[in-house]
Amino acid sequence: MIETQNVAADALPESCATLVRDRHARLVVMTGTDERERGRGYGLYYVFALPSGALVSIEAQVDPARPEFPAVTRVVPAAHWYEREVKDLLGVEPSGHPDPRRLVLHDDWPHGLHPLRKDFDGRLPVARDPHPHEPLTGVRGDGVMEVPVGPIHAGIIEPGHFRFGGVGELVFQLEARLFYTHRGIEKAAEGSSVERVLFLAERICGACSLSHAVAYSQAIEELTERRPGLRARLIRSVLLELERLYNHVGDVANLCAGAALQLGVYQGGILKERLQELNAAAAGHRYLFGVACPGGVRRDLDAAAQERIRRESVDIESEFRGYVDALLETESFMERLVGTGVLKHDLADELGAVGVAARASGVVRDVRASQPYAALRPGMVNPVVRTEGDVRARMLVRVDEVFASLGLVRELLGELAEVGPAELVTPIGPLPADRWALGMVESPRGENVHWLMTGARGEITRYRVRSASYNWALVPFAVAGNLLPDFPLINKSFELCYACLDR
Amino acid sequence: MFDAARCDLNGACAQVCPVGAIVVDARFALDRARCISCSRCIEVCPTGALAQGLTFAVPERTRNELVEPRTAVATKGEELAARAHRVLGRSLHVRHLDAGSCNGCDWEINATTNAVHDLQRFGIDFVASPRHADILLVTGTVTRSLEIAARRTYDAMSEPRLVVTVGACAASGSPYPSGYASGQGAASILPVDVFIPGCPPRPEAIIEGLLLAVGRFVRPR
Repeated sequence: MIETQNVAADALPESCATLVRDRHARLVVMTGTDERERGRGYGLYYVFALPSGALVSIEAQVDPARPEFPAVTRVVPAAHWYEREVKDLLGVEPSGHPDPRRLVLHDDWPHGLHPLRKDFDGRLPVARDPHPHEPLTGVRGDGVMEVPVGPIHAGIIEPGHFRFGGVGELVFQLEARLFYTHRGIEKAAEGSSVERVLFLAERICGACSLSHAVAYSQAIEELTERRPGLRARLIRSVLLELERLYNHVGDVANLCAGAALQLGVYQGGILKERLQELNAAAAGHRYLFGVACPGGVRRDLDAAAQERIRRESVDIESEFRGYVDALLETESFMERLVGTGVLKHDLADELGAVGVAARASGVVRDVRASQPYAALRPGMVNPVVRTEGDVRARMLVRVDEVFASLGLVRELLGELAEVGPAELVTPIGPLPADRWALGMVESPRGENVHWLMTGARGEITRYRVRSASYNWALVPFAVAGNLLPDFPLINKSFELCYACLDR
Repeated sequence: MFDAARCDLNGACAQVCPVGAIVVDARFALDRARCISCSRCIEVCPTGALAQGLTFAVPERTRNELVEPRTAVATKGEELAARAHRVLGRSLHVRHLDAGSCNGCDWEINATTNAVHDLQRFGIDFVASPRHADILLVTGTVTRSLEIAARRTYDAMSEPRLVVTVGACAASGSPYPSGYASGQGAASILPVDVFIPGCPPRPEAIIEGLLLAVGRFVRPR
């Protein structure tokens, strides 16, 4: 059960600050909803996690006649992007927000239109505003140079616009304009069937697809109070670790690309390819699409698949060990990583970092340990933590997590071998009316939170996805004070998805 | 894979298809430009007319040719490809353009360059600037926020130039509903020479599509 506090909108900052101060809570997700059709106003939901793992929701209604509320960001900085999203997408103003610029909507989006309002028809294209506004802040001064990059980049990567400001190669400020791949997935989910939304959830992000599918499924299971059987939960957990493995191994390889160590790129690439072919052989898809569904899983892992995963995990462990040893001995490479792109502990903590980026800065956040799900039990996962906060620390956290994950896969396979054939899907039935629930999964990049609300007939009326790529808000802090040519390296050490963030 | 002899046109597949890729009226038709390979149709087919194929969905030169079962389609594709081959030769430079994808296709394009798939063995490689490119390899639905950048990238290429789409969403927008944010695929704004279907297509399919675009892949018909 989630503890709920209903407060007046004006009391939000005080209530949230008290929870953070007195009960050491941290913000997990924040959502705005349009509940005018149900005789209410705009709903604001701030969900916090306590150190025990228990969740607390602070909720308020905003009067539609005066759509504003005092920004919580002033007292809980982690709320900053959430509240900007609420302003853009719902048209509810966080007054006193320190950075009220647009976030999701771009310069040529017309004023006064808010996609997540119920009277906005999301199926129609919207004309461009001929007078773009709210440009980037920029840096000015003697000898200051601005370097614009993107949205289309030189490599095979996703789109985003970066504006570097600095003198010579030293970067003072990075401004990132993101949300280019915003596809309106949250709006498209409204009124759609549970199954239809599953296929959208899987395609929020190709590289964390299974994490999203499971987080969504868990939200549905939470709403309907159904739990998948043990076999289905074990399969979920095994495959979620395989998702972490191909990502982490590939991310280490891509880090080599950021430092122009081509041999490292190609050797790591071979291991990643092997892991993705293992996904295809065991679960039918190189990115694990089509595996999870609300109530369980759509595919079994038979004895042959289990054996193949076990065998490969042993081979890959020894090959990855050799690969990492070679990298660690390559001084010209490792020297680039030390002290580069430092994300400070307090900043990571207060701005709500999650995943590898948080753990490499000494902030212990791993959903697998704090809110164990699927087949995980408390104590099965011990978060890997380092304190340096630099590129090297983020690489080493991934390396250690690869070994831990390989061990966890074998442990889970041992349990799966003991479980007989079983129904893989627990029927979930219709969704209850006028409720909300959430699902949390630790994706390769960190905490994914799927927040789901139903309407008067049990239809999906709001779907909020907060992926680990919300860490994008932290990247500019880690880049300031570094050299411009180190940006690709710093960026790859965070390895965030744009698609995951943009939705 | 579709076996027309076993299909009784019951329409169960069309009903469960989450992306509207299947139409069953007087005949069965599957639009691979929309298909995301979720296999719901195979799960519900009572006659066994639909089954999992062993190979990847193959690239085609026109949108119509992506509709299964295939009817004879006359295209100018062969002619164009022969011309492309004549002009561009065996060395090809490709510029990738993410026009709003989930990043799945983009990772598979990356995988074509790994040591296992080794796209470079065909004399094909990726370049940083559209000005150096012969082929624009497009992923994504063409979102509102990327439409202008996508057009400018294409405009920056010199002739002769080809456009190849990768994945269902670049071919049709599916599974994302088009609207205020998401578009209807690359063909809605650019002249597409080859469609590579799939969600995402395997690296082999992407390589085949690139070779098809320049007349270096002759498929046994």
